[in-house]
This record gives sequence, C-alpha cells and structure tokens, in this order.
Amino acid sequence: MSLPQVRTNRHFLPRLFIYLGLLLGTVIYLGPFVWQVRSSLMTLSNIFAYPPILWPEDPQWKNYVDIFSIIPFGTYYFNTIFLVVWNILGTLISNVCIAFALARIPFKGRKTLFALSIGTLMIPSAVTMIPTYIQWSWLGGLNSFWPLIVPSFFGNAFFIFLLVQFFRSIPREYDEAAFVDGAGYPQILLKLIVPMAQPAIAVVVIFTFLNTWNDFMGPLFYLNDNKLFTLALGLKSLLSSYNSYWHLLMAGATLVSLPLILVFFFAQKSFVEGLTAGGIKG
Amino acid sequence: MTFRKDTLWGWLFCLPLALGLTIWVAFPLGVAVVMSLFQWNMISPAKFIGLGNYVFMFFTDHLFWQSLYVMALYTVLSVPLQLIVAFGLALLLNTKAKGMGIFRTIFYLPSLIPVVVSTALWLWMFNPQYGYFNLILDTLGLPTQEWLSSPDMVIPSLVLMSLWSVGNIVIIFLAGLQGIPKELEEATQVDGGNAWHRLRHVILPFMSPVIFYNLVMGVIAGLQVFTQPYIMTNGGPANASLTYVLHLYKQAFQFSKMGYANALALVLLVLTIVLSLVVFKSSDKWVYYEGDKK
Repeated sequence: MSLPQVRTNRHFLPRLFIYLGLLLGTVIYLGPFVWQVRSSLMTLSNIFAYPPILWPEDPQWKNYVDIFSIIPFGTYYFNTIFLVVWNILGTLISNVCIAFALARIPFKGRKTLFALSIGTLMIPSAVTMIPTYIQWSWLGGLNSFWPLIVPSFFGNAFFIFLLVQFFRSIPREYDEAAFVDGAGYPQILLKLIVPMAQPAIAVVVIFTFLNTWNDFMGPLFYLNDNKLFTLALGLKSLLSSYNSYWHLLMAGATLVSLPLILVFFFAQKSFVEGLTAGGIKG
Repeated sequence: MTFRKDTLWGWLFCLPLALGLTIWVAFPLGVAVVMSLFQWNMISPAKFIGLGNYVFMFFTDHLFWQSLYVMALYTVLSVPLQLIVAFGLALLLNTKAKGMGIFRTIFYLPSLIPVVVSTALWLWMFNPQYGYFNLILDTLGLPTQEWLSSPDMVIPSLVLMSLWSVGNIVIIFLAGLQGIPKELEEATQVDGGNAWHRLRHVILPFMSPVIFYNLVMGVIAGLQVFTQPYIMTNGGPANASLTYVLHLYKQAFQFSKMGYANALALVLLVLTIVLSLVVFKSSDKWVYYEGDKK
C-alpha cells in the first residue's frame, strides 16, 4: 500500500529537523548533568573562580571520598537500603495477595473494594500526611523507621491496579484445571499466578525501589535523629550545613543518584511498562 | 469451590487492603476532620474552637490566600508547558532516528534522579553569581537574572526546572503515540495531508485520552508541589514561592498549629476534588474515545 519512493522524498527534510531537534534537546537535557559532574570534580576555589572555569584541569575525585568523612554517608546508604528492602517485601506480599483476590476470586464486596482502592488515587498524599503523623505520634512511632515501613504492608492502589490488570490477562482455564487437580487458592497464587506474572511483579519491585529511594517527605516528617537519615534527607541536611560547598554537594548528589541510574540501565523495559500501565491500559 | 469458601478466601487475601483503607485513609481523614476543629500544638491539651480554624483561614490568614495564589500560578504555568514540552519530545522520540535508545535515556534521566538531587543541582545552577544559567547568559552577552532571589522570577524559575523533569510524561505520551494505527497515519499522507494536518486531525484526537490523563495527573501534582520550594527558597523571597503544601507544612512543623494544618489539608482535598471534577466535566468536549463512535 505505501509508496516507498514518495515517502523518502517527503521525509528527507523532516529527518534533518528531527536530528536537529534531538541534538538541541540533548544539549538542553544533558547540560545540567555535565554541570553537576563538572562541579563535583572541582576544588572550592575552582567553584568560585572568576572568570569561571569550564572544566577543572585537575579533577578532584577525592571529593567523592571526602563526603563520607564529612557526613555519615555510609549510614545513610545503609538506612536507605534497609527501608528499600522492607518496603519491597511489604509491597510485594500485600499487593500480590490483594490483586489476586480482586482479579481471580469471585467474592462479595470485591467490586466495592476495588473501586475504593482506585478512589484513593485521587486523594493527595499531602492531605493524609498530617493526620497520619498525629496517628504515629499516638502510637509512639515518631523518629523511627516504623512509619516508613508499616504502610507498605497494606497495599498500594496503583500497584493493585497494575497487578489486577495483569492477573486478569492470564487465562482462567489454568485456575479451573488446578481446581480439578485439587489445588486451593493459595496454591494457585503461588504455583501458577506468581510465576506467570513475573514481568508485572518486576515493575512493582522496581517502582517500590525507586519511590523509597527518592522519598523525601516521609523521612523529613518522621526522622529527626541524624543516625536514621536516608540519603535524600542526608543530602538536604548537607545542603543546609554546607550550603556553599557546591563541589561536595554535587559529589553527594551524584552518589545518591548512581544506584538509580544503574538499576535503570538493567531494567529499562520494566520502567516503561510501569509508567505506561496507569495511563494507557486503563 | 463453594460460594462461602470464595468469600472467605477473598476477604482473607484482601485483609491488608480493607485494613489499609481503614487505618491509612478513613481514620486519618476522620482525625483531620476532628482535629481541624481544635487548637492544638501536640503538647498542651487540644482546645475545641469549632470552625475557628476555617474562619482564621479565610478571613485572617493572608498567607493562605498568598499560598493559593502561588499554587494556582505554578499549576497554570507549569502544567500546560510540561504537556507541550513532553509532547514535543515524545513526537521526536517516536521517529525512527538512529540511537533512539540513547536519546530516550537522556530525556528520562532527569525524572529518574531523586527530587532532592535535582533540586540541589538546580539551586546551584540558579546561583546568581557562579551558576550555570547566568554563566550562559553572560557568555551570550545577555543580561543575567536574579532567578530564585527575585519575587517575580522565582515561580518561573521553578516552572523552568519542572520542564527538565518531564520524562515520566514523555514515556506515557510515547506509549500512546506508538498505539496510533499505521494505516491511519498513512491515510492522511495518501490524501496529501502535511505534517500539520496529521498532527491536528490524526495524532491529537487519537492522543486526547492520554493528554487528558497527563493533565489530571499534572494538576494534582501541581497542587502538591513542596520539595522544590521547601529546599530552594523555603517559600521566599517575600512568600513569592510559598506553595500551599509548604504553607501547610510550616503551620504544622514550624508553628506547631496541628489543628490549623489539618483544616488546610481538608481544604486542599476539597480543592483537588473540585478541580478534578471540572477537568473531568470538560473532557466530554475534547477527549475522543475510540469506543464512542462505533
């Protein structure tokens, strides 16, 4: 149907524009990162030199080591990873079970539960943060990891939605065959659904990692003790106490981002699936 | 499996959800409603003041109105610009140029890094004396700007920064663009339609549900912006970047006005619901769903 020779002619000029656009976009979007790395390799006097230095002649890689002695960066790493692991555990257990029931078990009240869960997506997190904070103060959970871990064990509307969509796409005949073989719901979930839903589960794990790693408001609200700080909160406190030491701040900023960039390179496909699930499949 | 067994298993598996909706949604909302009627600093006993917090909010607290204005200004400026920039990038990324994987990664990276990191980076880039932007402006012979330290420039600066982290929106647009049937695009080419016709009559109508989704999400995020102004300006200069949630945060944790902060939170909830309804209502007029015309 298509006319190859016409299309090449038609596309010649736009092709040039496309490359120019991509090039311009790359310069604009990559520029800040270049600036970040440049600054992280400077000395303090490089930073405030006039006329400005474009790239340091003698890159100060030791900034990346110094940062660990200025603030307990290692502790922040450990705390962040600790929270990530628990959040992944809680998110996986709760959301897989919930989504399995909502997608595969015909029970009374399931439509209402699903609708209520989706409805919570419309409630801004800022609305419930203060009363939740008050709740935790009544429970004596302030300045501890509890408020940052426990909620993950109660399901997350976005992940429930994503998993329900995926579970529904698995043919029901499998369940029926398993029933005939005498399996119950727990066996069906563990032996059948979970292995088949690996891609969706990977999306949940990666996004939980990302959200926990990047969370700022949660740690800001609940953690006062420097020993409990996460990387995000630690970087903020570094910003407050070393507010003109941009070389160290940028080295710290780079160190906080590196694990995310690594994960992204290994799991690009899952990222795209996770981001588009809400917008398109709905 | 019998009916009763299904119900039993269903509710057992959904127990975390049922409990979660109670403990983390219903109960906090209840606490917010009740506490919004009290004056309470979390130390001395709470004092019932009826609708006092709301009266104070609407009639005395000029910072409430200021924060509403800042929130509205930020949302009105940032959301349309974000959608346009993200749509443009998605159109570029939807072409068959070489090295597309690398380009996608580059445009997504700013959304991947933690907000604290991008905020720290941009705070440094906005530095009036040694920062990235004024260095560029100076090199080009253009007048340098005050950026975050000028009340007029601080919100545009934050908007500019938000345009850098549109990667999530780009990916959603990109997925939508890839869902456009090839025959539809080719049909306009055969009919002699140019790129503009294709955009106006094929791509935009087809993409309207995706644009709608990003619009709703963008507005909800715009109403809640907190971390960037909190870290960069703490609401200044002259409260020009005091967003609603930052105002709420300060009332709660700087001035220990827990009752008042809860009242502010509830007003935000009402605002969000009303705005979402308005956007949903308007969607009949411009959002085209495939199923409609069958």
